Order: sequence, then structure tokens, then C-alpha cells
Amino acid sequence: MTQHKPRGHCSRRYAYRFTLALMLGGVVTAATWAADPSPPADASAQEVLARAPGPGSSTADHSKFKALQGPFNSGSEVTRACLSCHTEAAKQVMSTRHWTWEYTNPDTGQTLGKKTMLNSFCIGDRSNEAFCQSCHVGYGWKDDKFDFHDETKVDCLVCHHTGGYKKPAGMAGEVPTERTELPAGSGKFIDPVDLAMVARHIGKTSTATCGSCHYNGGGGDGVKHGDLDSSLDRATPELDVHMAAKARGGAGFTCATCHQADGHQIAGSRISMTAADPHGPLLRGDTVHAGRNAATCQSCHGDKPHKQPSLSVGLLNNHTSKLACQSCHIPSFARGGIATKMGWDWSTAGRLSPQGQPIQVKDDQGHVIYDSKKGDFRLDENVVPDYVWFNGKVTYTTQEEKIDPTRVVKINTFHGGPDDPEARIWPVKRFEGRQPYDKQHLQLLVPHTATPDDTAFWFNFDWPKALKAGAEATGVPFSGDHGFVKTEMLWPITHMVAPARDAVACASCHTSAARSRLGDLPGVYLPGRDHHPWIDRLGWLAVLGAVAGVLIHALARVMNHLRHGKGH
Amino acid sequence: MDAMNSNVATQPGRIYLYKRYERFWHWSQAALVLTMLATGFEIHGSYSWLGFEPAVRLHTLAAWALLTLWAFTIFWQFTTGEWRQYLPTHKKVLAMVVYYGWGMFRGAPHPFHKTVQKKHNPLQRLAYLALLAMISPLLWGSGLLYLFRAFWPELGIDRWLTLEWVAWAHTAGAFLMLAFVVVHVYLTTTGHTLTAHIKAMITGWDEVPDDA
Repeated sequence: MTQHKPRGHCSRRYAYRFTLALMLGGVVTAATWAADPSPPADASAQEVLARAPGPGSSTADHSKFKALQGPFNSGSEVTRACLSCHTEAAKQVMSTRHWTWEYTNPDTGQTLGKKTMLNSFCIGDRSNEAFCQSCHVGYGWKDDKFDFHDETKVDCLVCHHTGGYKKPAGMAGEVPTERTELPAGSGKFIDPVDLAMVARHIGKTSTATCGSCHYNGGGGDGVKHGDLDSSLDRATPELDVHMAAKARGGAGFTCATCHQADGHQIAGSRISMTAADPHGPLLRGDTVHAGRNAATCQSCHGDKPHKQPSLSVGLLNNHTSKLACQSCHIPSFARGGIATKMGWDWSTAGRLSPQGQPIQVKDDQGHVIYDSKKGDFRLDENVVPDYVWFNGKVTYTTQEEKIDPTRVVKINTFHGGPDDPEARIWPVKRFEGRQPYDKQHLQLLVPHTATPDDTAFWFNFDWPKALKAGAEATGVPFSGDHGFVKTEMLWPITHMVAPARDAVACASCHTSAARSRLGDLPGVYLPGRDHHPWIDRLGWLAVLGAVAGVLIHALARVMNHLRHGKGH
Repeated sequence: MDAMNSNVATQPGRIYLYKRYERFWHWSQAALVLTMLATGFEIHGSYSWLGFEPAVRLHTLAAWALLTLWAFTIFWQFTTGEWRQYLPTHKKVLAMVVYYGWGMFRGAPHPFHKTVQKKHNPLQRLAYLALLAMISPLLWGSGLLYLFRAFWPELGIDRWLTLEWVAWAHTAGAFLMLAFVVVHVYLTTTGHTLTAHIKAMITGWDEVPDDA
């Protein structure tokens, strides 16, 4: 094991930065909406189509299906065509969180899911549905009138397209079938999607389809998670040893290789995680371990994955009783050249240019660090994670809860401690926020921001109006008196797994608390970091006593020798 | 057997005290103990030299080597009967203390005369017994528990023992061992010349000075 070495990364990083700068330049001139959660459709279309599965790898060539020849006037028409063969697919999708955005946390009973959960980024979904729901796996959820039982509203293509499909933010998840001005009156136009072409080229999900939403949470590439961004689409083995293409020396995984789906139910969740999985690998036909999360490291590698000489007696495998695999094997996150947001201060939002126009300020690397719509940002790359004890259970601060504005409000809390057999030491991204709350009611507030109207903050820069609209949409009272409270949100780090040779070096943790990655994290005895103060004090006293005694004795002998010229 | 050895081992002016295996054992053990002290205190975080990971590797390797060496040495002690050299005696203990504390400065004669049958003076016997009965068990016991941490769950050990306690015991043993080494090395200089004892442990032959 060697420590993650920056050597050789410089040129690559500059290359990424250069590409990033070019992309940013393009994006900034093309759109004033800083948050565009869709990948560039045209850039990848040809490339992805070229990789689309040919007739040789499947028993069905969808491009020959009559039902898929089109023309299609809407996404729902495509869905009907899909359902004419895949009769149960929509029902399956509709039972998942991808559709409901609602989730009862089995550990806590809390009602969670994107519909109601708060975060420290764009804060909340409600009142902003038309914008946020571009990532809903459906068509047309723009308010609470959306029919969650209409199968034709399920969007099959967003996950199963192989290129040329894009749902812009602001259309409530609808797909543009004609040239559309967006936002209306802005003079910016979106090209239509050729639904028949896309439908004939459908295939399995890909990193690009999953990533079109999951990379872009929080309003942009890599913003939210830190371990998920579009660099994974072209990963080197150093970035992600599994997701790098086979041609590049990786394992060629897509997201779904680990996040195995069964009837559209997809393994893995950040709300209810599997923090410890002390079992061997899952085997085909194995019923003993049925019900296990297929997305854990251990489901393939088992819980004793390290091959070491027998003289070491399982030295590394011992670590699995205290550490998550991720703690050593993800030396840092945001390693692919795309910065992640580490902090977001909403309280400074709304500062305009002398002409009354919204502004953006960028740092040397071209990252936006101030945006009138959103406030101040702190971004970082190659971030060494924080480490916490975590048993997989997470609770969230919901809007109904009273907060203490004199303290940092934990938007989510990772549970577990060293005495919990389900807990392991996990790497996390610690995100620092500052977001609006009601000073009278002592509750967090969701601002109405994103859809162009009289109250949205991004178009009016008026906090009371935006917060009032948000409060109405979320069903909480608003006193009209708002402030900003410091918040903190943890994100589990589990992607961007480095090759074994780049795993965290032993000495990165086994060193003084001031230098150890684990700091003074309790619950483990770390040789090199920990000691019993009295054993050390008394021990050194004993050694010094021996040395002193020996020196005194020797000195007496020398003096005696000098005086008498004999003796010893 | 002892009688035969003593015949062979006594020559005018010198006696053959330390047999070939014994010397091999002593020096390889010395090297291993010093290696383990050096790497052990680095693992403990007391100082930096090789780096944590190489130190752990070397420490573990030295532990296995020392275990192997001890396996042979225990066999040797019993087959040769040399184990009796470590049986404590109360005779002349006080005389030895007085000698080290007073007599040797006055040029007093050494109160103990080495023979093949009794090669350790009474203080040495006590010191080695303490090493054998206290420091070694403390270090080996804790060290083996440390090394075989992987088997704790299977043996149910992790239900009543934490690594913390094992590490504390191991550290305490290491300090005692270090103190022992300091005194032991110093006492090698108390022969009839400064290096007489060391020479004896290298060649096996202990020279009996004319005036002794």
C-alpha cells in the first residue's frame, strides 16, 4: 500500500481544468441558469449511439420494433409503446422512490424522500417542482395535481436512452418535442428531441443516464455528493478502479453493475445505508444471505478481501471490524478534476450589480464562488474526507422540527458509535451551509427560487416574497421575520474507489492525532496515535532511571579508577 | 554429560562457558530484541525512522523469528539441562549487591566464581528469572494476542478483552525490556576488563584472570 500520490496527476488535472474551462465558458454564455442538471445531449449523442448494443448482444433489436418506429408527439406516447411489451414496467417504476420521491425511513419512521427532505444546497423541492422535477422519472410533475397513478407519465427513456435525450430544467420533466423558448421570453431556445430515434436506440442504463441526475444534484456537476460527477463517465482506473473502461484497465462497470435492480427496485440508498456487511461475497443461488444489499463492497469482495502473507495473520482484514472499506480505498473525493461544493452561504445572495443585474464571481480555476441567486460558495477538489462512526441509520431535520439557531443545525445526523456492532468508521463529506429560517417559528424554510414568476428569488431577489411562497407550498407558517442559520450536512463517500496501490497509507491514520486522518476519533486503539499516558510516563521514567543508575555507577568506577589507578 | 563437558571445557586460565548454540541464540536474540524495540517504539509513535508500515512488517517478522528461535532454545535448554542455570538462589545475593555497590570500587574480589555448572551469578539468576517469568510473558502474551487479533471473534476473546489493554500491557513490557537491555549491556563492562564478558559471549571462552 502506498499513499495516494499526486505525481502524474498534474498534467491530467490541467487537461481536465482546460476542458472544464472550455465547457464552463460554453455553458455560461449559453445559459444564465447556473443550475442545469442535464448533460449536454448533442455532444454525447453520437458517441453514445456508437456504443449502443448491436443486434449481436441481445435477443431483441429494438430498432426493428414496429411499435418504436414513431413518430411520437410526446414522451407519454413512447411510454405507451414500451408498455405494449413491457406490461409491468410502469407499475414497477411507480413503486420506487425514483417515482414517488417519498420514502419512509424503515429505521426511524420518518417520511423522507426528495419531495419533503431538506438539504443545505437548493434547500427543498416544493414550490420549485417545475425546475427540480426535470430529474423526476416522469413527465409533467409541476405541482400537487400530478397524477401519480398514470402509467403513461412514467419516463422510460430518461434511464434507458443511449443518447440524444435531454430534459431541460424548468419543464417539469417534460421532454421538448419542438423548438422551445426556455424560459419563455428569454430568447434562448431548446432543440427538440427526436423521440423515435431515441426510442429505437434504447438500451441498458449507463453511467451517463444515471449520472444525468445523480451527478448533478445541488445544481451542477459534482456539486452535492463529491464522489459522484461526470468524470466517472470517462474514469481512469486511478479515479475509479471499477468504473474505468476495460480498455483503460478498469473493470468497465456501470452504476447498475453494483446497484443491481430487481423489478426496477435498485439496491443502495443514502438514507438507509448498509454501513457494515460482515459477510462473505454473495453467490449466485445463495439463499442464506438473501435480502442483503447488493450494492455493498462486501457483496462481491466479502468481508475478508485482503490477501496477505500468513505471517501477517490477517492484519488488514482485522481492520474490517472497525472500518468501512471506503475509509481506506477512497483516499480523497472529487478526484476527477471536477470540484465539489463544500460550503454554501445563502445569506449573501441577492447582491446585484450597480445596474441591478445578478452577478457571478469566479475564482482562478473558473469556479463560480458567488452568484446573486445563491450566495457564496466554497469548492474543493481532491478532498480528504472526514471520518465518523456510522451504523447506516440517518435522521433528517425536517421542516416541522424546531431548531436552535445559536448552534449549527445538523440537516442530517449519522448515527452509530464504536460500541454498535453495525457501525463502522466511514468517510464523509462534511458540507457547511447557511440557510434561511423563520426567526419567530424557529423552523427551517424552503425558498421559492427557480421557476420564473413574481415571487421566485432567482428572478426577484426578494427574500420575504420567496420564503412566503415557499412556506405556503410546504405548508408551514412564515412570520415574515427570517434569518440565516449555520447548517451542516454529511454525505457518505462510497464512490471513486482507487486501485489498491493508491489506498490510504497506514501512517495516514497511525500517527499523532494532530496528523491522523482519523484525528482523535474515539472507539479504537490506534497504534501510533494512542497510548496510556501513565504507562508512557512511568515507562520512560524506568528507562531513564536505568540509564541514570548505569551512568552514576560508571562515573563512580571511572573516578575510582582515576584515584586509585586500579580497580574496575 | 555435565561432567564430560566440564572436562572438555576447562583449560588452564579459561573455561568454555557458552556453547556454540547458546552464543548463536544469545546474539540472534539480542539482534531480534533490539529490532523489536526499535520498530516497536516507532509503531508506538515515539519516534520516526522506517515509517509505520515497514516498522510493523519488520516487527512482525522479528516476532516470528524470535518465536522460532525460542522453540529451538526451549528444546536446547531441556535437552542440555541448561535450564537449571536459571533456578534462583538466595546464596550470595547480598554479597553480589555489596560487591556492585561498594566492593568493586575498592578492588574487592568478585564474590562469585563462574563454573560451567553455574555460569550466572546469583543476581544474574534473579534478573534472568525476572526477565523469563515477568517481562517475557507480558510481552509474549500481549504480543501474541496482538498478532492473532483476527482470531479473537472465533475464540470469543473480543467479548472480554479490548486491543487497548493488550497494547498497554505490550507497551509496559517494552519499557521494562528496554530498561533491562540498558542495564544488561552496561553490566557486560564489569568483567575483569571492559570487554571480557562480551568476548566470552563471542568466543565461548571465559578467561579467568590471574589475580582473580
